[in-house]
Amino acid sequence: MSTAASATMGGPRAKPGKKKAIGGGVNTMPLLAPAVGLLLIWMIVPLAMTLFFAFRRYNLLNPMIHGWAGFNNFKYLFEDPALLHSLLVSVILVVGVIAITIILGSILAAIFNQPFPGQGVARVLMISPFFVMPTVSALVWKNLLMHPVSGLFAAFARMLGFQPIDWFGSFPLSSIMLILCWEWLPYAFLILFTALQSMDEEQLEAARLDGATAYNIFVSIQLPHMARAISVTIMIEMIFLLSVFAEIYVTTAGGPGFATTNLTFLIYQRALLAFNVGGASAAGVIAIILANIVSAFLTRSVGKRLEI
Amino acid sequence: MSHSVAKQRHPVAGIIAWVVALVMFFPIAWMALASFKTEVEAVQTPPLLFFMPTLENYRAIFSEANYLLFAGNSVGIAVGATLLTLIISVPAAFAMAFYPSPRTRGLLLWMLSTKMLPAVGVLVPIYLLVRDAGLLDSRTALIVINTLSNMPIAIWMLFTFFRDLPKDIIEASRIDGANLRQVLVHVLLPLVMPGIASTGLLCIILCWNEAFWSLNLTAHNAAPLTAFIASFSAPQGLFWAKLSAASVLAIAPILIFGWFSQKQLVSGLTFGAVK
Repeated sequence: MSTAASATMGGPRAKPGKKKAIGGGVNTMPLLAPAVGLLLIWMIVPLAMTLFFAFRRYNLLNPMIHGWAGFNNFKYLFEDPALLHSLLVSVILVVGVIAITIILGSILAAIFNQPFPGQGVARVLMISPFFVMPTVSALVWKNLLMHPVSGLFAAFARMLGFQPIDWFGSFPLSSIMLILCWEWLPYAFLILFTALQSMDEEQLEAARLDGATAYNIFVSIQLPHMARAISVTIMIEMIFLLSVFAEIYVTTAGGPGFATTNLTFLIYQRALLAFNVGGASAAGVIAIILANIVSAFLTRSVGKRLEI
Repeated sequence: MSHSVAKQRHPVAGIIAWVVALVMFFPIAWMALASFKTEVEAVQTPPLLFFMPTLENYRAIFSEANYLLFAGNSVGIAVGATLLTLIISVPAAFAMAFYPSPRTRGLLLWMLSTKMLPAVGVLVPIYLLVRDAGLLDSRTALIVINTLSNMPIAIWMLFTFFRDLPKDIIEASRIDGANLRQVLVHVLLPLVMPGIASTGLLCIILCWNEAFWSLNLTAHNAAPLTAFIASFSAPQGLFWAKLSAASVLAIAPILIFGWFSQKQLVSGLTFGAVK
């Protein structure tokens, strides 16, 4: 910190004539270089390697096999039904969780925006799941709540005279979706609630005096006000949900069959379980392309509002 | 006055909000409750709400010498990566906020775009690089990876914070005759500390809960709590009360951190788009 400040502050002093120049008068390179350099390496080296391996024949178990593969890795990948299925699983997870969390999150944000007793405490309870590490949330749901023999849901089912449901066996994808919604609803809620808080209270008051109902206010005033926050939430959730891993790893390990194998888990299986570097890299290239499409929108949306 | 009107308008809102909040918190509360039961009580039907609380599970978790190793790894990785992130990010954010240039906007957006790279897309090369460097199952590898992946968020958060500081104050105190050291210690430091502290807090939370790289790059020596908890997923008998106790210990510090940093979290996790 001290070197950082002295370098920039030494700048104007050394060149008093340029004191007023914005930015131009000061050499900020030494301050920026470490961050920029490291991020550049972090981005380019693995990316280049993934691209390289995607066109190679490379299996960690059999070092004798090597050489260029051309587009064969991609060919096998696209002929493999597992890829299409994993893409489908990824899309279902991403779209489903985003839709549920945004709809519930915006309604809850409007509800919490009303003053009520103990609002602060209720909000803290509400957002808590977001801070729970993914492996813990997955295991709590899997073992303590949804376990077909000793879980809480099964206990309730038996008390009511029903047959307990084997959640991860019968509805694997929905069960994982439920866990993900529990983790991400607090996030959507927190962002949308913060956006609502920045709203002009008088506008709401005026609407109320004009006889608008809570529903009218929500649809015509609050929802448009949250539009930007909603779009940012969607895109950030998309980035994180495309790479859901730990929840699948500890609950279903991608199964039964391929039922819960998303693209991330497929690559993990190919790379670290089957040691097929070439095939995993080809799938990695597809994941990167997908994420880039999303991130282009996010970057533009954030950049539009950026004040420097 | 406006508040009292609103309060009388929707008494139902408070009830709904509380019900939802309690439902959302229930799994955490249920887990905490289970951690004080015996293993038999934890799986009993009908579920026990009242029981003789026992600390046996916590004692068992601690007497397993390993738990402290995993907790130590989590702390070491989170603190190490956070410090490293701050050391690199603070100067960069400071430079861009206090001395913006025409290329600052592009630079910031580029940094954001590096965060969009999906971890799994680079799993293979990172795994191979870490292996060839002999750093598989080492804290160093996780510290470096956490640092790099959190840096864009940290820089953005610090930037939005520094940008809103009164910049004239430095100039003014220089004119008033303060020397460089005085300006740094008495003017700049108190101004930037809150922003640095909340950025650090967010980095610690993100590192602590990071699971993808922790699960893929560690085995036994450097595994943090996320990986330790995951090892409970292969069932070998009934140990859910112990799992609960370990989980409570693993999430408690971060939960408390999170409660205190909600506001800053929003600006950090939306790259300053929502404040």
